[in-house]
Amino acid sequence: MSWTIIQQSIPVFVQAFWLTLKLSFYGIIGAIIVGLIASFLRYFKVPVLRQISAAYTEISRNTPLLIQLFFIYYAFPEIGIKISATAAGISGLIFLGGSYMAEAIYGGLQGVAKIQVESGLAIGLSRGQLARYVVFPQGLTLSVPAIAANVIFLIKETSIFTVIAIPELTNTALDQIGLYYHTDESLFVLVIAYAIILIPLSLALTWLERRARRGSFGN
Amino acid sequence: MAHSGINILFAGQNFTRLLGGLWVSAKISIVSLVIGILLGLLLGALRTLKNPVLRTILRLYLEFFRIVPTVVLLFLFYYILPKNFNVNLSAQIVAMLVFALWVAAEMSDIVRGALISVPRHQKEAGMAIGLNGPQLYRYVLLPQAVGLMIPATINLMTRVIKTTSLLLLISVMDVVNIGQQIIEANRQVYPNGAFWVYGLIFILYFLLCYPLSAWARHLERRQNNNA
Repeated sequence: MSWTIIQQSIPVFVQAFWLTLKLSFYGIIGAIIVGLIASFLRYFKVPVLRQISAAYTEISRNTPLLIQLFFIYYAFPEIGIKISATAAGISGLIFLGGSYMAEAIYGGLQGVAKIQVESGLAIGLSRGQLARYVVFPQGLTLSVPAIAANVIFLIKETSIFTVIAIPELTNTALDQIGLYYHTDESLFVLVIAYAIILIPLSLALTWLERRARRGSFGN
Repeated sequence: MAHSGINILFAGQNFTRLLGGLWVSAKISIVSLVIGILLGLLLGALRTLKNPVLRTILRLYLEFFRIVPTVVLLFLFYYILPKNFNVNLSAQIVAMLVFALWVAAEMSDIVRGALISVPRHQKEAGMAIGLNGPQLYRYVLLPQAVGLMIPATINLMTRVIKTTSLLLLISVMDVVNIGQQIIEANRQVYPNGAFWVYGLIFILYFLLCYPLSAWARHLERRQNNNA
Protein backbone atom coordinates (compact mmCIF):
# COMPACT_ATOMS: atom_id res chain seq x y z
CA MET A 1 0.00 0.00 0.00
CA SER A 2 1.43 3.35 -1.01
CA TRP A 3 0.45 6.68 0.52
CA THR A 4 1.44 8.63 -2.58
CA ILE A 5 -1.09 6.68 -4.62
CA ILE A 6 -3.73 7.25 -1.97
CA GLN A 7 -2.99 10.98 -1.95
CA GLN A 8 -3.19 11.17 -5.72
CA SER A 9 -6.55 9.47 -5.83
CA ILE A 10 -8.08 11.65 -3.10
CA PRO A 11 -9.53 14.37 -5.42
CA VAL A 12 -11.43 11.77 -7.47
CA PHE A 13 -12.78 10.16 -4.33
CA VAL A 14 -13.80 13.50 -2.86
CA GLN A 15 -15.93 14.15 -5.92
CA ALA A 16 -17.48 10.68 -5.62
CA PHE A 17 -18.02 11.27 -1.91
CA TRP A 18 -20.15 14.35 -2.54
CA LEU A 19 -22.04 12.60 -5.30
CA THR A 20 -22.84 9.68 -2.98
CA LEU A 21 -24.07 12.15 -0.35
CA LYS A 22 -26.14 14.07 -2.87
CA LEU A 23 -27.80 10.98 -4.34
CA SER A 24 -28.47 9.59 -0.86
CA PHE A 25 -29.97 12.90 0.22
CA TYR A 26 -32.44 13.13 -2.67
CA GLY A 27 -33.23 9.42 -2.41
CA ILE A 28 -33.89 9.57 1.33
CA ILE A 29 -36.01 12.74 1.17
CA GLY A 30 -38.04 11.18 -1.65
CA ALA A 31 -38.35 7.90 0.24
CA ILE A 32 -39.61 9.67 3.36
CA ILE A 33 -42.25 11.55 1.33
CA VAL A 34 -43.40 8.35 -0.39
CA GLY A 35 -43.32 6.57 2.97
CA LEU A 36 -45.46 9.26 4.62
CA ILE A 37 -48.02 9.12 1.80
CA ALA A 38 -48.15 5.30 1.74
CA SER A 39 -48.47 4.98 5.51
CA PHE A 40 -51.17 7.69 5.70
CA LEU A 41 -53.17 5.95 2.96
CA ARG A 42 -52.98 2.80 5.04
CA TYR A 43 -53.67 4.53 8.33
CA PHE A 44 -56.74 6.39 7.09
CA LYS A 45 -57.88 3.25 5.22
CA VAL A 46 -58.38 5.17 1.96
CA PRO A 47 -60.18 2.71 -0.34
CA VAL A 48 -58.38 1.46 -3.50
CA LEU A 49 -55.32 3.67 -2.88
CA ARG A 50 -54.67 1.69 0.27
CA GLN A 51 -54.55 -1.59 -1.69
CA ILE A 52 -52.28 0.00 -4.27
CA SER A 53 -49.93 1.20 -1.57
CA ALA A 54 -49.94 -2.27 0.06
CA ALA A 55 -49.09 -3.92 -3.28
CA TYR A 56 -46.34 -1.36 -3.87
CA THR A 57 -44.86 -2.05 -0.43
CA GLU A 58 -44.75 -5.82 -1.05
CA ILE A 59 -43.21 -5.49 -4.51
CA SER A 60 -40.63 -2.97 -3.42
CA ARG A 61 -39.58 -4.84 -0.28
CA ASN A 62 -39.34 -8.26 -1.85
CA THR A 63 -37.17 -7.47 -4.86
CA PRO A 64 -33.51 -6.41 -4.97
CA LEU A 65 -32.54 -2.80 -5.72
CA LEU A 66 -30.20 -4.02 -8.45
CA ILE A 67 -33.07 -5.50 -10.46
CA GLN A 68 -35.22 -2.42 -9.79
CA LEU A 69 -32.42 -0.26 -11.20
CA PHE A 70 -31.90 -2.51 -14.23
CA PHE A 71 -35.59 -2.35 -14.88
CA ILE A 72 -35.77 1.42 -14.62
CA TYR A 73 -32.57 2.05 -16.56
CA TYR A 74 -32.54 -0.69 -19.22
CA ALA A 75 -36.12 -1.90 -19.58
CA PHE A 76 -38.08 1.36 -19.35
CA PRO A 77 -36.39 2.90 -22.44
CA GLU A 78 -37.77 -0.04 -24.43
CA ILE A 79 -41.29 1.04 -23.60
CA GLY A 80 -40.46 4.68 -24.31
CA ILE A 81 -39.40 6.05 -20.92
CA LYS A 82 -35.81 7.27 -21.11
CA ILE A 83 -34.07 8.84 -18.13
CA SER A 84 -30.47 9.54 -17.17
CA ALA A 85 -28.48 7.15 -14.96
CA THR A 86 -28.57 9.61 -12.07
CA ALA A 87 -32.33 10.03 -12.33
CA ALA A 88 -32.72 6.25 -12.57
CA GLY A 89 -30.57 5.79 -9.48
CA ILE A 90 -32.51 8.30 -7.41
CA SER A 91 -35.88 6.91 -8.59
CA GLY A 92 -34.71 3.39 -7.74
CA LEU A 93 -33.65 4.47 -4.26
CA ILE A 94 -36.99 6.23 -3.73
CA PHE A 95 -38.90 3.18 -5.01
CA LEU A 96 -37.01 0.90 -2.64
CA GLY A 97 -36.78 3.27 0.32
CA GLY A 98 -40.41 4.42 0.15
CA SER A 99 -41.71 1.06 1.29
CA TYR A 100 -39.16 0.74 4.09
CA MET A 101 -40.04 4.23 5.32
CA ALA A 102 -43.76 3.42 5.02
CA GLU A 103 -43.33 0.36 7.25
CA ALA A 104 -41.29 2.40 9.74
CA ILE A 105 -43.85 5.21 9.93
CA TYR A 106 -46.88 2.94 10.01
CA GLY A 107 -45.22 0.88 12.74
CA GLY A 108 -44.81 4.07 14.78
CA LEU A 109 -48.45 5.12 14.26
CA GLN A 110 -49.60 1.69 15.36
CA GLY A 111 -47.40 1.87 18.42
CA VAL A 112 -49.38 4.76 19.91
CA ALA A 113 -51.13 3.46 23.03
CA LYS A 114 -54.80 2.66 22.51
CA ILE A 115 -55.77 4.65 25.57
CA GLN A 116 -54.45 7.80 23.86
CA VAL A 117 -56.83 7.30 20.94
CA GLU A 118 -59.73 6.48 23.25
CA SER A 119 -59.06 9.53 25.40
CA GLY A 120 -58.98 11.68 22.29
CA LEU A 121 -62.32 10.30 21.15
CA ALA A 122 -63.76 10.76 24.64
CA ILE A 123 -63.06 14.50 24.61
CA GLY A 124 -64.81 14.69 21.25
CA LEU A 125 -61.98 15.05 18.75
CA SER A 126 -62.84 14.30 15.13
CA ARG A 127 -60.81 11.69 13.24
CA GLY A 128 -58.74 14.41 11.61
CA GLN A 129 -58.10 16.19 14.91
CA LEU A 130 -57.23 12.89 16.56
CA ALA A 131 -54.60 12.26 13.90
CA ARG A 132 -53.30 15.82 13.97
CA TYR A 133 -53.05 16.35 17.74
CA VAL A 134 -52.76 12.85 19.24
CA VAL A 135 -51.60 10.10 16.90
CA PHE A 136 -49.10 11.78 14.56
CA PRO A 137 -47.01 13.64 17.14
CA GLN A 138 -46.57 10.49 19.19
CA GLY A 139 -46.47 7.99 16.32
CA LEU A 140 -43.89 9.87 14.26
CA THR A 141 -41.69 10.17 17.34
CA LEU A 142 -41.98 6.42 17.88
CA SER A 143 -40.93 5.76 14.28
CA VAL A 144 -37.69 7.75 14.53
CA PRO A 145 -35.43 4.75 15.35
CA ALA A 146 -36.74 2.73 12.41
CA ILE A 147 -36.43 5.72 10.07
CA ALA A 148 -32.86 6.22 11.26
CA ALA A 149 -31.99 2.59 10.54
CA ASN A 150 -33.45 2.98 7.05
CA VAL A 151 -31.38 6.10 6.39
CA ILE A 152 -28.19 4.14 7.00
CA PHE A 153 -29.50 1.22 4.96
CA LEU A 154 -30.31 3.48 2.00
CA ILE A 155 -26.93 5.20 2.02
CA LYS A 156 -25.28 1.79 1.85
CA GLU A 157 -27.58 0.79 -0.99
CA THR A 158 -26.20 3.64 -3.14
CA SER A 159 -23.13 1.41 -3.60
CA ILE A 160 -25.31 -0.63 -5.99
CA PHE A 161 -25.58 2.42 -8.29
CA THR A 162 -22.24 1.26 -9.68
CA VAL A 163 -24.12 -1.22 -11.92
CA ILE A 164 -25.65 1.62 -13.91
CA ALA A 165 -22.28 3.41 -14.03
CA ILE A 166 -23.02 6.35 -11.74
CA PRO A 167 -19.60 7.58 -10.57
CA GLU A 168 -20.34 7.33 -6.84
CA LEU A 169 -17.83 5.91 -4.34
CA THR A 170 -17.94 2.21 -5.21
CA ASN A 171 -17.94 2.89 -8.93
CA THR A 172 -14.99 5.23 -8.55
CA ALA A 173 -13.00 2.63 -6.61
CA LEU A 174 -13.69 0.01 -9.28
CA ASP A 175 -12.70 2.51 -11.92
CA GLN A 176 -9.39 3.20 -10.16
CA ILE A 177 -8.75 -0.52 -9.88
CA GLY A 178 -9.54 -1.01 -13.56
CA LEU A 179 -7.37 1.89 -14.69
CA TYR A 180 -4.30 1.58 -12.47
CA TYR A 181 -4.54 -1.78 -10.66
CA HIS A 182 -4.20 0.05 -7.34
CA THR A 183 -6.45 -2.48 -5.69
CA ASP A 184 -5.40 -2.16 -2.04
CA GLU A 185 -5.25 1.63 -2.05
CA SER A 186 -8.61 2.07 -3.77
CA LEU A 187 -10.45 -0.41 -1.55
CA PHE A 188 -8.84 1.14 1.52
CA VAL A 189 -9.99 4.66 0.59
CA LEU A 190 -13.42 3.26 -0.27
CA VAL A 191 -13.93 1.65 3.15
CA ILE A 192 -12.65 4.79 4.88
CA ALA A 193 -15.01 6.96 2.83
CA TYR A 194 -18.05 4.90 3.86
CA ALA A 195 -16.84 4.94 7.46
CA ILE A 196 -16.57 8.76 7.36
CA ILE A 197 -20.20 8.98 6.26
CA LEU A 198 -21.73 6.20 8.32
CA ILE A 199 -19.96 6.22 11.69
CA PRO A 200 -20.77 9.86 12.63
CA LEU A 201 -24.23 9.42 11.17
CA SER A 202 -24.96 6.30 13.17
CA LEU A 203 -23.73 8.06 16.35
CA ALA A 204 -25.89 11.10 15.56
CA LEU A 205 -28.90 8.91 14.93
CA THR A 206 -28.39 7.04 18.19
CA TRP A 207 -28.41 10.41 19.94
CA LEU A 208 -31.56 11.45 18.07
CA GLU A 209 -33.17 8.16 19.00
CA ARG A 210 -32.50 8.81 22.66
CA ARG A 211 -33.92 12.33 22.31
CA ALA A 212 -37.02 11.00 20.60
CA ARG A 213 -37.54 8.45 23.34
CA ARG A 214 -37.48 11.25 25.89
CA GLY A 215 -40.24 12.92 23.87
CA SER A 216 -42.50 9.89 24.07
CA PHE A 217 -45.38 10.07 26.44
CA GLY A 218 -46.04 8.24 29.66
CA ASN A 219 -43.10 5.86 29.87
CA MET B 1 -43.05 -6.31 -34.95
CA ALA B 2 -42.16 -9.79 -36.22
CA HIS B 3 -41.44 -11.17 -32.79
CA SER B 4 -43.29 -10.58 -29.59
CA GLY B 5 -40.66 -9.78 -26.98
CA ILE B 6 -41.89 -12.34 -24.47
CA ASN B 7 -40.66 -15.15 -26.76
CA ILE B 8 -37.11 -14.27 -25.78
CA LEU B 9 -37.77 -16.11 -22.54
CA PHE B 10 -38.61 -19.37 -24.27
CA ALA B 11 -36.29 -19.30 -27.28
CA GLY B 12 -33.68 -22.06 -27.19
CA GLN B 13 -32.42 -22.91 -23.72
CA ASN B 14 -33.08 -19.47 -22.31
CA PHE B 15 -35.65 -20.36 -19.68
CA THR B 16 -33.73 -23.34 -18.29
CA ARG B 17 -30.53 -21.27 -18.28
CA LEU B 18 -32.23 -18.55 -16.22
CA LEU B 19 -33.54 -21.13 -13.76
CA GLY B 20 -30.03 -22.61 -13.62
CA GLY B 21 -28.71 -19.18 -12.69
CA LEU B 22 -31.38 -18.84 -10.05
CA TRP B 23 -30.23 -22.18 -8.60
CA VAL B 24 -26.67 -20.84 -8.28
CA SER B 25 -28.04 -17.86 -6.31
CA ALA B 26 -30.19 -20.18 -4.19
CA LYS B 27 -27.28 -22.52 -3.51
CA ILE B 28 -25.06 -19.65 -2.36
CA SER B 29 -27.87 -18.33 -0.14
CA ILE B 30 -28.52 -21.73 1.44
CA VAL B 31 -24.88 -22.57 2.16
CA SER B 32 -24.09 -19.14 3.57
CA LEU B 33 -27.27 -19.06 5.65
CA VAL B 34 -26.60 -22.47 7.22
CA ILE B 35 -22.99 -21.64 8.07
CA GLY B 36 -23.78 -18.05 9.05
CA ILE B 37 -26.70 -18.94 11.32
CA LEU B 38 -24.72 -21.62 13.18
CA LEU B 39 -21.74 -19.28 13.60
CA GLY B 40 -24.10 -16.46 14.58
CA LEU B 41 -25.70 -18.58 17.31
CA LEU B 42 -22.27 -19.19 18.81
CA LEU B 43 -21.16 -15.55 18.50
CA GLY B 44 -24.49 -14.29 19.84
CA ALA B 45 -24.19 -16.54 22.91
CA LEU B 46 -20.59 -15.36 23.42
CA ARG B 47 -21.76 -11.74 23.28
CA THR B 48 -23.97 -12.28 26.32
CA LEU B 49 -20.93 -13.26 28.43
CA LYS B 50 -19.33 -10.66 30.67
CA ASN B 51 -15.82 -10.84 29.15
CA PRO B 52 -15.11 -7.24 28.00
CA VAL B 53 -12.35 -8.11 25.48
CA LEU B 54 -14.48 -10.73 23.74
CA ARG B 55 -17.47 -8.40 23.71
CA THR B 56 -15.49 -5.55 22.17
CA ILE B 57 -14.01 -7.79 19.47
CA LEU B 58 -17.40 -9.24 18.54
CA ARG B 59 -19.00 -5.80 18.59
CA LEU B 60 -16.33 -4.46 16.23
CA TYR B 61 -16.86 -7.46 13.97
CA LEU B 62 -20.59 -6.72 13.83
CA GLU B 63 -20.09 -2.99 13.24
CA PHE B 64 -17.58 -3.61 10.44
CA PHE B 65 -20.02 -5.83 8.57
CA ARG B 66 -22.82 -3.35 9.23
CA ILE B 67 -21.00 -0.25 8.07
CA VAL B 68 -19.31 -1.57 4.95
CA PRO B 69 -21.86 -2.10 2.14
CA THR B 70 -22.17 -5.70 0.95
CA VAL B 71 -20.92 -4.84 -2.54
CA VAL B 72 -17.74 -3.49 -1.00
CA LEU B 73 -17.36 -6.56 1.23
CA LEU B 74 -17.56 -8.76 -1.87
CA PHE B 75 -14.86 -6.72 -3.61
CA LEU B 76 -12.63 -6.70 -0.53
CA PHE B 77 -12.59 -10.48 -0.35
CA TYR B 78 -12.58 -10.99 -4.10
CA TYR B 79 -9.52 -8.79 -4.67
CA ILE B 80 -7.57 -8.96 -1.45
CA LEU B 81 -7.60 -12.70 -0.71
CA PRO B 82 -5.79 -13.73 -3.90
CA LYS B 83 -3.53 -10.67 -4.10
CA ASN B 84 -2.29 -10.31 -0.54
CA PHE B 85 -2.86 -13.75 0.97
CA ASN B 86 -2.36 -15.88 -2.11
CA VAL B 87 -5.69 -17.61 -1.50
CA ASN B 88 -7.35 -18.33 -4.82
CA LEU B 89 -10.98 -19.21 -4.36
CA SER B 90 -13.65 -19.39 -7.02
CA ALA B 91 -16.05 -16.45 -7.11
CA GLN B 92 -18.85 -18.67 -5.80
CA ILE B 93 -16.81 -19.68 -2.76
CA VAL B 94 -15.83 -16.06 -2.10
CA ALA B 95 -19.52 -15.15 -2.23
CA MET B 96 -20.44 -17.92 0.22
CA LEU B 97 -17.64 -16.84 2.56
CA VAL B 98 -18.62 -13.16 2.53
CA PHE B 99 -22.32 -13.89 2.95
CA ALA B 100 -21.68 -16.43 5.72
CA LEU B 101 -19.56 -13.93 7.67
CA TRP B 102 -22.14 -11.20 7.10
CA VAL B 103 -25.03 -13.45 8.18
CA ALA B 104 -23.04 -14.49 11.26
CA ALA B 105 -22.57 -10.83 12.20
CA GLU B 106 -26.24 -9.93 11.79
CA MET B 107 -27.33 -13.19 13.40
CA SER B 108 -25.14 -12.60 16.45
CA ASP B 109 -27.12 -9.43 17.12
CA ILE B 110 -30.45 -11.20 16.71
CA VAL B 111 -29.35 -14.02 19.02
CA ARG B 112 -27.97 -11.66 21.63
CA GLY B 113 -31.17 -9.62 21.60
CA ALA B 114 -33.29 -12.74 22.03
CA LEU B 115 -31.09 -14.19 24.79
CA ILE B 116 -31.09 -11.07 26.92
CA SER B 117 -34.86 -10.81 26.64
CA VAL B 118 -35.38 -14.19 28.31
CA PRO B 119 -36.61 -13.28 31.82
CA ARG B 120 -33.85 -13.22 34.43
CA HIS B 121 -35.57 -15.57 36.82
CA GLN B 122 -35.29 -18.33 34.20
CA LYS B 123 -31.52 -18.11 34.35
CA GLU B 124 -31.54 -17.89 38.14
CA ALA B 125 -33.87 -20.89 38.41
CA GLY B 126 -31.54 -22.85 36.15
CA MET B 127 -28.56 -21.95 38.28
CA ALA B 128 -30.49 -22.89 41.41
CA ILE B 129 -31.00 -26.44 40.19
CA GLY B 130 -27.26 -26.65 39.56
CA LEU B 131 -26.94 -26.29 35.78
CA ASN B 132 -23.50 -25.18 34.60
CA GLY B 133 -22.93 -22.48 31.97
CA PRO B 134 -23.26 -24.52 28.76
CA GLN B 135 -26.20 -26.48 30.21
CA LEU B 136 -27.92 -23.21 31.06
CA TYR B 137 -27.68 -22.11 27.43
CA ARG B 138 -28.55 -25.53 26.04
CA TYR B 139 -31.61 -26.30 28.19
CA VAL B 140 -32.93 -22.98 29.45
CA LEU B 141 -31.93 -19.90 27.47
CA LEU B 142 -31.67 -21.07 23.84
CA PRO B 143 -34.96 -23.02 23.71
CA GLN B 144 -36.83 -19.97 24.98
CA ALA B 145 -34.94 -17.52 22.81
CA VAL B 146 -35.37 -19.45 19.56
CA GLY B 147 -38.99 -18.42 19.13
CA LEU B 148 -38.03 -14.78 19.48
CA MET B 149 -35.27 -15.11 16.88
CA ILE B 150 -37.29 -16.76 14.14
CA PRO B 151 -39.06 -13.77 12.53
CA ALA B 152 -35.86 -11.70 12.38
CA THR B 153 -33.96 -14.70 11.02
CA ILE B 154 -36.50 -15.20 8.23
CA ASN B 155 -36.21 -11.53 7.35
CA LEU B 156 -32.45 -11.95 7.24
CA MET B 157 -32.97 -14.84 4.79
CA THR B 158 -34.92 -12.62 2.41
CA ARG B 159 -32.16 -10.01 2.67
CA VAL B 160 -29.57 -12.62 1.74
CA ILE B 161 -31.64 -13.82 -1.22
CA LYS B 162 -32.06 -10.25 -2.45
CA THR B 163 -28.37 -9.56 -1.99
CA THR B 164 -27.41 -12.49 -4.22
CA SER B 165 -28.37 -10.17 -7.09
CA LEU B 166 -25.01 -8.45 -6.49
CA LEU B 167 -23.07 -11.58 -7.36
CA LEU B 168 -22.74 -10.59 -11.00
CA LEU B 169 -20.33 -7.90 -9.82
CA ILE B 170 -17.77 -10.58 -8.94
CA SER B 171 -18.66 -12.52 -12.13
CA VAL B 172 -20.63 -15.33 -10.57
CA MET B 173 -22.92 -16.88 -13.21
CA ASP B 174 -26.08 -16.03 -11.31
CA VAL B 175 -29.53 -15.36 -12.70
CA VAL B 176 -28.81 -11.67 -13.41
CA ASN B 177 -25.55 -12.41 -15.20
CA ILE B 178 -27.20 -15.06 -17.38
CA GLY B 179 -30.07 -12.68 -18.05
CA GLN B 180 -27.59 -10.07 -19.32
CA GLN B 181 -25.98 -12.64 -21.61
CA ILE B 182 -29.36 -13.61 -23.03
CA ILE B 183 -30.26 -9.97 -23.66
CA GLU B 184 -26.94 -9.32 -25.41
CA ALA B 185 -27.05 -12.48 -27.50
CA ASN B 186 -30.58 -11.75 -28.72
CA ARG B 187 -30.15 -8.00 -29.30
CA GLN B 188 -30.81 -8.39 -33.06
CA VAL B 189 -33.90 -10.58 -32.87
CA TYR B 190 -35.44 -9.19 -29.69
CA PRO B 191 -34.46 -5.54 -29.35
CA ASN B 192 -36.69 -5.10 -26.32
CA GLY B 193 -35.48 -8.26 -24.60
CA ALA B 194 -34.34 -6.35 -21.50
CA PHE B 195 -37.92 -5.60 -20.55
CA TRP B 196 -38.94 -9.26 -20.53
CA VAL B 197 -35.77 -10.78 -19.10
CA TYR B 198 -35.41 -8.27 -16.26
CA GLY B 199 -39.16 -8.47 -15.76
CA LEU B 200 -38.95 -12.24 -15.30
CA ILE B 201 -35.98 -11.96 -12.91
CA PHE B 202 -37.91 -9.33 -10.96
CA ILE B 203 -40.83 -11.75 -10.63
CA LEU B 204 -38.58 -14.69 -9.73
CA TYR B 205 -37.01 -12.75 -6.85
CA PHE B 206 -40.44 -11.66 -5.70
CA LEU B 207 -41.68 -15.27 -5.73
CA LEU B 208 -38.74 -16.33 -3.58
CA CYS B 209 -38.92 -13.49 -1.06
CA TYR B 210 -42.62 -12.75 -0.68
CA PRO B 211 -43.64 -16.07 0.97
CA LEU B 212 -40.76 -15.75 3.42
CA SER B 213 -41.53 -12.18 4.43
CA ALA B 214 -45.26 -12.95 4.70
CA TRP B 215 -44.41 -15.88 6.98
CA ALA B 216 -42.15 -13.72 9.15
CA ARG B 217 -44.91 -11.14 9.52
CA HIS B 218 -47.42 -13.83 10.44
CA LEU B 219 -45.11 -15.16 13.18
CA GLU B 220 -44.43 -11.65 14.48
CA ARG B 221 -48.12 -10.88 14.70
CA ARG B 222 -48.78 -14.12 16.57
CA GLN B 223 -46.02 -13.32 19.05
CA ASN B 224 -47.40 -9.84 19.62
CA ASN B 225 -50.84 -11.27 20.30
CA ASN B 226 -49.45 -13.75 22.81
CA ALA B 227 -47.43 -11.13 24.61
